[in-house]
Amino acid sequence: MMENKRPPPVYSIALLSATSLAYELLLMRLFSIIQWHHFAYMIISLALLGYGASGTFLSLTAERLLPRFSAAYISNIVLFALSTLACYLLAQHVSFNPEEILWDFDQLLRLLLVYLVLTLPFFFVANCIGLALAHYRGGIGRVYAADLLGASIGSLGIVLLLFLVFPTTALQILGTLGFAVAALAWWELKCQPRRIVAVFILLSFIPLMLPAGWMALVISPYKELSQSLHISGTRIIDEYSSPLGLISVMESPQIPLRHAPGLSLNASGEPPRQLGLFTDADAMTVITAHTDEQEKLAYLDQISSALPYHLNKPEKVLILGAGGGADVLQANYHGAGHIDAVELNPQIVDLVRREYKDFAGELYTAENVGVHIAEARGFVSGSEERYDLIQIALLDAFGASSAGLYSLSENYLYTVQALQEYLAHLSPDGMLAISRWIKLPPRDTLKLFATAVEALRQSGIADPENRLVLIRGWQTSTLLIKNGEFSEQEIHSIKKFCEARSFDTAYYPGITATETNRYNILAQPYFFQGAQALLGNEAASYLQNYKFNLQPASDDQPFFFHFFKWDVFNEILALRGQGGMPLLEWGYLILIATLIQTVIASLVLILLPLLLARRTHNNAVGHLSRSLVGGYFFMLGLAFLFIEIAFIQRFILFLHHPLYATAAVLSSFLLFAGLGSAWSQRYACLQSYKAGVKGAITGIVLLGLLYLLALGPLFSMLNWLPIVVKLVISVILIAPLAFCMGMPFPLGLARLGKAAPAFIPWVWGVNGCASVLSAVIATIFAIHFGFTVVVLLALMFYGMAMVVFNGGWGEQKFIS
Amino acid sequence: MPEIEKLNRYIIQGISGVYDAYLEIKITSYARWTTSVTCCDSTREYLLLYRNRFVLLIFGLFVLLIGLSVQAQDKYTSARQTMVHAIEADAHFTSFFINKTALEPKVMEAMGKVPRHEFVPRKERHNAYENRPLPIGHGQTISQPYIVALMTDLLKPERQQKVLEVGTGSGYQAAILAELVDEVFTIEIIKPLGNQARQHLQQLNYDNVNVRVGDGYYGWEEHGPFDGIVVTAAASHIPPPLIQQLKPGGRMVIPVGSRFMIQQLVLVEKDAAGKVTTRQILPVRFVPLTGKH
Repeated sequence: MMENKRPPPVYSIALLSATSLAYELLLMRLFSIIQWHHFAYMIISLALLGYGASGTFLSLTAERLLPRFSAAYISNIVLFALSTLACYLLAQHVSFNPEEILWDFDQLLRLLLVYLVLTLPFFFVANCIGLALAHYRGGIGRVYAADLLGASIGSLGIVLLLFLVFPTTALQILGTLGFAVAALAWWELKCQPRRIVAVFILLSFIPLMLPAGWMALVISPYKELSQSLHISGTRIIDEYSSPLGLISVMESPQIPLRHAPGLSLNASGEPPRQLGLFTDADAMTVITAHTDEQEKLAYLDQISSALPYHLNKPEKVLILGAGGGADVLQANYHGAGHIDAVELNPQIVDLVRREYKDFAGELYTAENVGVHIAEARGFVSGSEERYDLIQIALLDAFGASSAGLYSLSENYLYTVQALQEYLAHLSPDGMLAISRWIKLPPRDTLKLFATAVEALRQSGIADPENRLVLIRGWQTSTLLIKNGEFSEQEIHSIKKFCEARSFDTAYYPGITATETNRYNILAQPYFFQGAQALLGNEAASYLQNYKFNLQPASDDQPFFFHFFKWDVFNEILALRGQGGMPLLEWGYLILIATLIQTVIASLVLILLPLLLARRTHNNAVGHLSRSLVGGYFFMLGLAFLFIEIAFIQRFILFLHHPLYATAAVLSSFLLFAGLGSAWSQRYACLQSYKAGVKGAITGIVLLGLLYLLALGPLFSMLNWLPIVVKLVISVILIAPLAFCMGMPFPLGLARLGKAAPAFIPWVWGVNGCASVLSAVIATIFAIHFGFTVVVLLALMFYGMAMVVFNGGWGEQKFIS
Repeated sequence: MPEIEKLNRYIIQGISGVYDAYLEIKITSYARWTTSVTCCDSTREYLLLYRNRFVLLIFGLFVLLIGLSVQAQDKYTSARQTMVHAIEADAHFTSFFINKTALEPKVMEAMGKVPRHEFVPRKERHNAYENRPLPIGHGQTISQPYIVALMTDLLKPERQQKVLEVGTGSGYQAAILAELVDEVFTIEIIKPLGNQARQHLQQLNYDNVNVRVGDGYYGWEEHGPFDGIVVTAAASHIPPPLIQQLKPGGRMVIPVGSRFMIQQLVLVEKDAAGKVTTRQILPVRFVPLTGKH
C-alpha cells in the first residue's frame, strides 16, 4: 500500500468525533429518561463495541475501500448522520422491560435488537476514523489528534447544549451536524462536483424538521411518571431539562398526591396540595402548597426524620439535598431559627423560588432560609459554619434503591470521610440526622450505622455507643449522630417520640432487647442485633457473616449502595422461583452482565479478523507477533480509560460537582491527549518511535504515582479556593499527564504503518474493544479494591505496553 | 348415532381426527349408498347423502369448537393444578417466615378454582399459570400467584367477612377473595383497568364483588369497617382512613416493591383495643446472617 502524502481531512474528523462523543453522552441521557440509568449504562457500553466491530469490518474490507477512500469516508459519514436519529428512534420503540428478563426470553431478543441498532452509528464513525488512520499513514498523529480534540469539544459541547435545549432537540441537532460533517468532508477532500456540498447542507435541515410526534420520548410504562400519568386528571404542566436531568412538574388536581413517605400509622390528616417533581421520569419529590394552617403540616411531625426536633430546639439547621423543600418545611414547622438548604440542581431551586412561588410561598425566599446551589459534600467542606442539626433526607427513589440499582454509582455523601466532615461542622451537642428507606433484609440502614461507628472512631471518639440513636418505622429509618453524648432526658424524649408514632427504637445508649421490635415486627430484631454487633467486639465477624456487604464506604471506594456478596449469589438464585429475585442487587449484576457480554463480543471481534485474514494477509504482518501488537494496543486501551475514570473520581472531590468535574476532566484529558498525539507526529523513525513511547510512558508512570500521593493533601490545602481557580488548577494538573497519554497510541500505529499497514484497522478495533472493557473493569475494580488500585493497574499496563513495544515488536525489523 | 359419537371422539383429538372421521363416514355412507341404490332412486339418495354429509360436517365443526374449548379448559385446569403445587412448594420453603408449613387449604382451593387466564391479556394467556407476574397493560401487572396466595392467607379470610381491596388491577385478587368471603369491595384508580376488571368479574359471576373506579385513599366508608384490606396500589404511606376503616382484630396486607418484584409484605394488624402494629414479612426463606455467627 502506498503511503498517502496529502494532509488528512482533520476538520471533518474532529467534527465527526465531536458529534459522536456528544451522541454517546446524549444517548446515556436519553436512555436514563426512557429506561433506568444502569440499563442505559449497559446498552451504551455494548453499543460502543461498534468501534470494535468497525476494526473487524475494516480488516476484511480495507483493501477494497482504501483505493476509494473519499467515497468510503463520506458514505460512512452520511450513514452516521442518518443513523443518529433513526437508530435511537427505532431503539426506543423496542419495548424492552429489564424486569421481565428473568422469565421472558423475548426480552433478551429485544435487548439484543437494541444493542444492534445502537451499534450502527458508532460503527460508521469508527469506520471513518479507522479508514483515515489506515489511509494517511504518514499523518497518523494528526488524524488521532483530530479525533481526540474533536472528542474533547464534543464532551464539553453536549453539556452546554443540554443546558440550552431538550435532549430530543439535541438529538436533532446532532443529526444535522452529521450532514454538516459530510459537507465539510466533501469540501475538505476536494470532491467533485462541488455543489454536492450544498446538497448535504440542505439535507442537514431534515432532522430539524421531523414531526414532534416522531421525536416524543417513549418512556417505560413502569417508571413512576408513566404510572402517575394513568391517574385521571394528572398532567405534566412544565418540563425543564439540563444535563443533570429532565424535570417534569406534574399536577394532579382530582386525586391529590399526598406524598409523605414513612408516615406514622397513628397519623390522621393528610398533606396539603402538592406538585410532583420527577427527575428523569422517576424519583418523585414534591413542592408542597403554602398554607397558614399549621395543623395541615402536622404530617411533617409524624415521620421518622422529625425526631431531632424533639430532642432540642435546633437553632441553626443545614438541609442537604433540599429538592422541592419538604425538609425545609419540616424545619420551619418545628421553629428552626436559620435554615441553610443545599440543592445541586439549580432548576429545582428556581421552580420553588420563582416559577411556583405562588404555590410554594416564601419557602426558599424567606429571610431565615439560605438556599445554596451546590453539591452537598462540597458545600459542607467549604463552609466554616457550625450547625445544631444537619439533616440528610431521603434523596433517592425507593424503587430504584430497593432494586439495588444505585450499586455502581459512586456516592460521596455517605462515606466515612463525609460523615467525619459533617460531624466536624456540628455545634457542641449538635446532631447529624440521616434518613434511609428500610429494606428487608436490612442493608442501607445498617451500613450507615457501621459507617457512623467508623467515622466516630476515626475522629478519635472512644465511645461511639453513647452518641448514636437509630429508630425505624416500617418504611424509613433515621439515624442520629450526636456531637456529644445523649442525655437521659433525650433518651426519654426519643422513647416518647417513638411510642406516640408507633416507631421502633433500634438503638440508643442503654437499650435492651425488650424495647425493640414492638410496633413494626420483624422475624428477628435485625436492626437492634446489627447495631449491637457493630458497636461490639464481634463487629468484624458480623460484617463477614452478614449476607450483604455492610462494609463502610470510603472516598476511595465510594460505593455505599454496593451490598452484593458473591457468597450468597447461588442461594438467592436457587430462590428465584420463590420470590427471591428482589434480594439480588441489580446494579452490580448489570455491571457483571455488561462485562461478560463485552468480553464475549470483544473476543469475537478481535479474533475473527485474525482467523479470516490468515489466508489473505498472511505475510502482511511480517515478523511482528500478532499477540504482541494486539497486546500493546489492548493495554493502551485499558490503561487510558482506567486513568481517566479514576481521575474523574479524584477531581469530583476537589471540584465538588459531579457534572462539572466529569465534563472538565474528560475534556481536558481528551484535549491534552490530542495535543500529545499531534506532537507525536514529529517522531518519524524507528529509534524515535521507541524514544517517544519510552518518554511518554515514563512520564505517565511518574506523574501517575506523584498524583496518587500528592493530590489528596494538595486538594485539602486548596479547598478554600473559588471554583474557577480550582478548575484552572485541575486543567493544569491534567495537562502533562494527558499529553503523555496521547502519544503511545499514534506512535504504535505509525510504527505499524511502516511494518504492517494491513493491521492498522485490526488494532483500531482491538483498542476500541479494550476501551469499552476498560470502563466496565475500572468500575468493578474500584468497587472491590478502590480507585487507587485502578490507577496502579493502569500504570502497570502502561509499563507493560512499553516493554512490549520497546523490547518486543517495536524492535523487530521492517519488512517494507 | 355411533358415527357421531365416533366423530366426537375424533374431534376432541383435533383436526386430524376430524379428517379421519370424515373419511370414515364417507366410506360407511358410500357403503350404504351402494346398498341403497338397488332399492331407491339413486339421484335422490345421492343428494340426500350429500345433504347428510353437509349437516354432519357443520355439526362436526360445531363439536370441534366445543371440543377444542373443552380441551383448552382441560389444559387450563391441569395448568392451574400445576400452579397450585408450585405455590404449595413455595409456601413450604417459606415456612420460616410465615410460621406455618402450608397455606390454608381453602385459600389453595380458591387458587385452584379461579381461572387466572381470564384475567390476563389474551397474548399472555399461555403464561397465565406460570408462577410469575404478568403485564396487564397501563403499566400494571398481575402479581405472582404465590404472592397472591400468601397475601390472601395473611388476611385470614372467613366466610362472613367483608374485605376491601385498593388497587383492583386485573381483578384476580378480588376473585380469589370472592371465593372466600361474603363481600369484596374493590377500588381501581385507572379507569379502563377498573372497567375491564368489573366486566371480567361479572362474566365469571362473581356477584359478591363490587368494583368502583376512583381514589382509594379514603377507602369505601359506607361499607366499612372491613375485616381485611389489601392495598396493592403503590402509596407513599398507608392512608390513615384505611387504618380507620379496619375493624378491631382486622388485618391489612400491603405488598412492597416494584411492579414485577415484590420485596416484602407488610401486614398491619389492629388488635381488639385498636392498637395498630405492622409485621414485615419476607416472602422468601432467607436469613440475613449465616449460621456461623
